[in-house]
Amino acid sequence: MTRLPTPAWSKAEIAFWLIPIAAFFLFPHYLTLGSQILIAGLFALSLDLILGYARIISLGHAAFFGLGAYTAGLLAKHGYGEPLSGLVLAAIIAAAAGWLTSFLIVRGQDLTRLMVTLGIGLMLYETANQASSITGGIDGLSGVEMKKLLGLFGFGLDGRTAYLYSLAVLFVVFNAARVLVRSPFGLSLKGIREGERRMPAIGASVRRKLVAVYTVGAGIAGVAGALLAQTTQFVGIDVFGFQRSAELMIMLVLGGTGYLYGALIGAAAFMILQDYLANLNPVYWQLWLGFLLVLLVLFARGGLMGGLVTLRSRLGKP
Amino acid sequence: MSTITSFIGVLFDGLAYGSLLFLISIGLSVTMGLMNFINLAHGAFAMLGGYATVMVMSRLGVPFLPALVVAFMVSGAAGALLERILYRRLYRAAHLDQVLFTIGLTFMSIAAATYFFGPGQQPVVLPASLTGQVHAFGLDFGTYRLFLIAMVVLVTIALVYLVERTRFGAQVRASVDNQQASVGLGINVERVFSVTFALGSALAGLGGALGINVLGLDPTFPLKYMVYFLLVVAVGGAGTIRGPMIAALLLGVFDVSGKYYVPQIGAFVIYAAMVAMLLLFPAGLAGRRT
Repeated sequence: MTRLPTPAWSKAEIAFWLIPIAAFFLFPHYLTLGSQILIAGLFALSLDLILGYARIISLGHAAFFGLGAYTAGLLAKHGYGEPLSGLVLAAIIAAAAGWLTSFLIVRGQDLTRLMVTLGIGLMLYETANQASSITGGIDGLSGVEMKKLLGLFGFGLDGRTAYLYSLAVLFVVFNAARVLVRSPFGLSLKGIREGERRMPAIGASVRRKLVAVYTVGAGIAGVAGALLAQTTQFVGIDVFGFQRSAELMIMLVLGGTGYLYGALIGAAAFMILQDYLANLNPVYWQLWLGFLLVLLVLFARGGLMGGLVTLRSRLGKP
Repeated sequence: MSTITSFIGVLFDGLAYGSLLFLISIGLSVTMGLMNFINLAHGAFAMLGGYATVMVMSRLGVPFLPALVVAFMVSGAAGALLERILYRRLYRAAHLDQVLFTIGLTFMSIAAATYFFGPGQQPVVLPASLTGQVHAFGLDFGTYRLFLIAMVVLVTIALVYLVERTRFGAQVRASVDNQQASVGLGINVERVFSVTFALGSALAGLGGALGINVLGLDPTFPLKYMVYFLLVVAVGGAGTIRGPMIAALLLGVFDVSGKYYVPQIGAFVIYAAMVAMLLLFPAGLAGRRT
């Protein structure tokens, strides 16, 4: 059983957050990759809430990422390039879509959920593909022009603003998620994960809780998508792709589900690995990806965080 | 061409397409029904059958019909092997693990197919007797589609006989309905599952080989049609023959007529229909498990 964590920030957590700040000064030439990692981490965090805490298997989480990306991208393209309010609007649109579809999700079991999420993702992909006059279709949405962040910092080619902006947003959202999972609501989610049938017996409405967490997860995914659109000033149709949903799941499982930090560690490990291996040969990358998944499932179900936790509990009990 | 004849043409194409989907998905239906195992890599066995056919035809000069037998056997052998060394470990695992594991296998199969056969579409040369048109009732029917439907009808009759009339079929049905009781009655459920998994993979391979002309064959095949196979099983209900058959034929007709009459909406219709069907019939049209 997992121990209830203390609400205060531990030394390990503070050290963890110093890493991205140190990276900003140590690797000024890798800030673009750094922003990608931070955005992927935020996206993985949103899946951790619904998969790691509520155990909803989703193969179409990119739907909300894509909605956020297109919302922010379209706003900026049509003259509303203020980043922060664009982010908020993207979150609202994605969360609304999440809320609407959550009623379809809570009804079914694993297979149905998997198919419905997959179907919704594919439907949005098709819609974005067909509505090419609005979305740019397969060529992607270009001409996204962002205003300066807070009226002060422009999104330059050096990627400094993009990196710090992504980091700040990630930190704020992470804090909120951290509070959320330790609240009574978060505990009841864990209860649902461990025994869905028993939760009604202690007076918890499983359905309402799942709807709530799915909506929150969708909103955060929308923020991640909007960040990507704003920092790269482009939206490709692959934001809705199945590959993105699948890779997201891999990141989360690689890092470990149900810890929040696992999402960030997994995203970083995945993106760095991808950057290294995909440069060698894109075809091999898919082979490695598949191999990694098979190995994870067969031998390392807890992911990196699971390994760390096991290691720590072994060291703690000599 | 009048509206009626074009409608019959679309219906016919849809049925041919649907029967192909049925042939490929029936193995998946049994896997899900029997072991409650979500296998997203099922399409990889169909792809393997397709490539086996293309290879023995182009490299060894084997004619089309014997090449179909080769596809059946190669995919069946691959299914038996993978079941024994990999799938078996995950029968009792959580659905999430099964999903991740089989997505991993799918990615690996795509990379392997790209490596060995290149990213392009594979051609297949059909014998002259299977090309062209057949005239009947004042209408033209593609010979190959007729052949395809006939093949699937034959395979289905054989399957129904196997499941309904033989001792092995009775064991399969018993295992789907209640595994524990079946074990108690002395049925070797593990062996039943190995054999059905291999048979399902073999049928998928046959379907993949027959479908090169209809579905196409390139390395992204397992991912491209994954939704369709899953859809057949989820809508049809796992663990039966009749349910997936109805679902596959409906899906085939809907998809072909959707692409013919409203091409601008594309695949949207199918995905919307899928979500609606899943909500209306959570256990499938004719699920054995409720």
